[in-house]
Amino acid sequence: MRAIENLQLNQQGKLQHFLSIEGLNKALLTDILDTAESFADMSSQNVKKVPLMRGKTIVNLFFENSTRTRATFELAATRLSADILSMNIATSATSKGESLLDTIHNIEAMQVDMFVVRHSLSGAAHFIAQHVAPHVSVINAGDGQHEHPTQAMLDMFTIRRVKQQFTGLRVAIVGDILHSRVARSQIHALNILGAEEVRVIAPKTLLPADVEQLGVRVYYDMAEGLKDVDVVIMLRLQKERMNSALLPSESEYFKCYGLSEEKLKIAKPDAVVMHPGPINRGVEIASRVADGAQSLILQQVSNGIAVRMAVMSMSMQPQGGQV
Amino acid sequence: MQIEIINGQIIDPANQINEQGSLYIQDEHIVGVLSAPKGFIADTTIDAKGQIVCPGFVDLSTRLREPGQTQKASMYSETQAAARAGFTSLCLPPDTQPVIDTVAVVELIKDKAEKCGYPQVYPVAALTQKLAGSELSALYALKNAGCIAVSQAHYPMQDLLVLRRAMEYAATHDLLLMYCPQESSLSKGGCAHEGAMASRYGLPSIPYAAETIALMQCMELIEQTGCRVHFRGLSCARSVVLITKAKKMGLAVTADVAMHQLHLSDEDMLPYDSAYHVVPPLRSEKDKKGLLAGVRKGTIDAICSDHQPHDVDAKLGAFPETEAGISSLETVLPLMMRLVEQEVLDLSQGLSKLSYEPAKLLGLTAGTLSVGAIADICVFHPRLKWKIQAESWLSQGCNTPFWHKEMPAKVTYTLQAGQIIYQND
Repeated sequence: MRAIENLQLNQQGKLQHFLSIEGLNKALLTDILDTAESFADMSSQNVKKVPLMRGKTIVNLFFENSTRTRATFELAATRLSADILSMNIATSATSKGESLLDTIHNIEAMQVDMFVVRHSLSGAAHFIAQHVAPHVSVINAGDGQHEHPTQAMLDMFTIRRVKQQFTGLRVAIVGDILHSRVARSQIHALNILGAEEVRVIAPKTLLPADVEQLGVRVYYDMAEGLKDVDVVIMLRLQKERMNSALLPSESEYFKCYGLSEEKLKIAKPDAVVMHPGPINRGVEIASRVADGAQSLILQQVSNGIAVRMAVMSMSMQPQGGQV
Repeated sequence: MQIEIINGQIIDPANQINEQGSLYIQDEHIVGVLSAPKGFIADTTIDAKGQIVCPGFVDLSTRLREPGQTQKASMYSETQAAARAGFTSLCLPPDTQPVIDTVAVVELIKDKAEKCGYPQVYPVAALTQKLAGSELSALYALKNAGCIAVSQAHYPMQDLLVLRRAMEYAATHDLLLMYCPQESSLSKGGCAHEGAMASRYGLPSIPYAAETIALMQCMELIEQTGCRVHFRGLSCARSVVLITKAKKMGLAVTADVAMHQLHLSDEDMLPYDSAYHVVPPLRSEKDKKGLLAGVRKGTIDAICSDHQPHDVDAKLGAFPETEAGISSLETVLPLMMRLVEQEVLDLSQGLSKLSYEPAKLLGLTAGTLSVGAIADICVFHPRLKWKIQAESWLSQGCNTPFWHKEMPAKVTYTLQAGQIIYQND
């Protein structure tokens, strides 16, 4: 396929939608991180609200279940003073046979300004963005196995807070790269922001074809892959992978690719551990590591609100669709 | 009725004719090539100056969407499009609704096709009942009712035992099996070629081995059963290698490729644009080059449209949930001429792949301009440019990745059995 068309940027190079990290530049990503930084400071204060999106209506459209992502988007919208409506479409419209586009147009007719979309099919957010009215923005909250760009941005935010910069960083992403939209977004973000090296560590069954072309080095072995690494990102392993003959068992997976205290010692002494959640203790990560001093897992969650506030406020369109 | 087509470049690959001159038709047949038969007086004269006169095209796979899917297209709309694109014979795959597995459905199709008038429609019988892959259709009765071949379309067989028995039974009645090689356990759920592009866009993918494994299994069964097999719609370079080997070993197999596979690879796909969603998927640049080489060397015998018109809704959605297929009848000749312009294909060879070769493998006498042959003829202007848009498009399906593109080559006349079935005014 040719490079993703820049549906997400308007003529001024500002965000129109937020669909994928791919196609955005370093300046814009840095801008998101800086904006998020200002919101993060605010979150620690007594009054946690700003009127930036007052009067705006945001609809959370979740065609796939989610607790954390939906909750942080709701909180982010509330703190921006927007009105937010969360719809769990997985159990409503589409089961009645309504097409994706009909669902969108129906909700759009309720004078909505922004959609936050999660869908089980790759390209769904892209498709919706192509079909909404010009004044409506679409934020991708995860599409199939494609991208989960706000998750990647909150991971970048978390990394920058601890490591200050991306230059010189070696990052290893471990686990189910094949099915992970988070990994794809992280890989693009790290490369755009100038990380020294992005590695993926996984068995061949969990790696997509020609994955090197995304800009990563491939390792099949944790002992090699974790050497000299500054950041270790563990991915969640879905239980159903065992049923589809991708892996023999959870325990064998943990032995090879689970992050234990011993394996973490291979990385740099000041390496940090991240995980997009929800974690499977004892499957991809040992409890002592998840709860240990090097873990940033809970900080990722709190940073999620500030980053989503930044993305939503930056993607908001001026009244009436004029730019 | 006596027609003469004068001043044209007459290309008849079967007889190795490529000369400027005239063609003479009386009633249904060609009665003279380059020189007029004695006493021939034409009622109608077609001046083909600057144009090419060749056999009408024979398509190995044309979905007409009737019976059963009239929201997508009608037999009338698609046969009109076919006539205007230079086709005179069309093979209709069995995955209609209902499936072509009874004589009644064949009769229904023949009846509808007759009402449309032209081009000739040849139904292909379902190899198994309802295409379910488990029980044989009444192949002998279907053959007698007018089915030209048998096929399982893209539906999987229950197992190799059923495939073997089906091939034995088809061989018993000397039926040609048109086989779309795809191992369903490897292709299930996929919508794009397994490679860097599918990985980048997170699309469920289909490895090339889904095709090559099915191909090899079938070739082993050809050896055992003696069934005549035509491999439909190859998509990867490795398949060309396998078929070359099989032909060298003396296995009587033939193969075709859809025209769009010779023009597009996964690198050409626009992100999530469902117009590029097709089965088998658009594969790598390397595969595309391999297929082209196979066409040139003759490993791939024929080029077909693999025409699949869709309604707008079928293509409206997130890429993986959209329906696969391209509306392609009207781009076959223009895309062939592009290959000729790019000097990757010889014009006479290209025309042979669209007419003589597919006719030969189907056992039809069409596809040549020999004296005495049925007068199925296409006259086209090789360099006349036109743009694909609603006004210039006849198929009811507008699902083509070439929409709004400028194309070379325009058909000016199509004749079937000596009748002018299309004329460009």
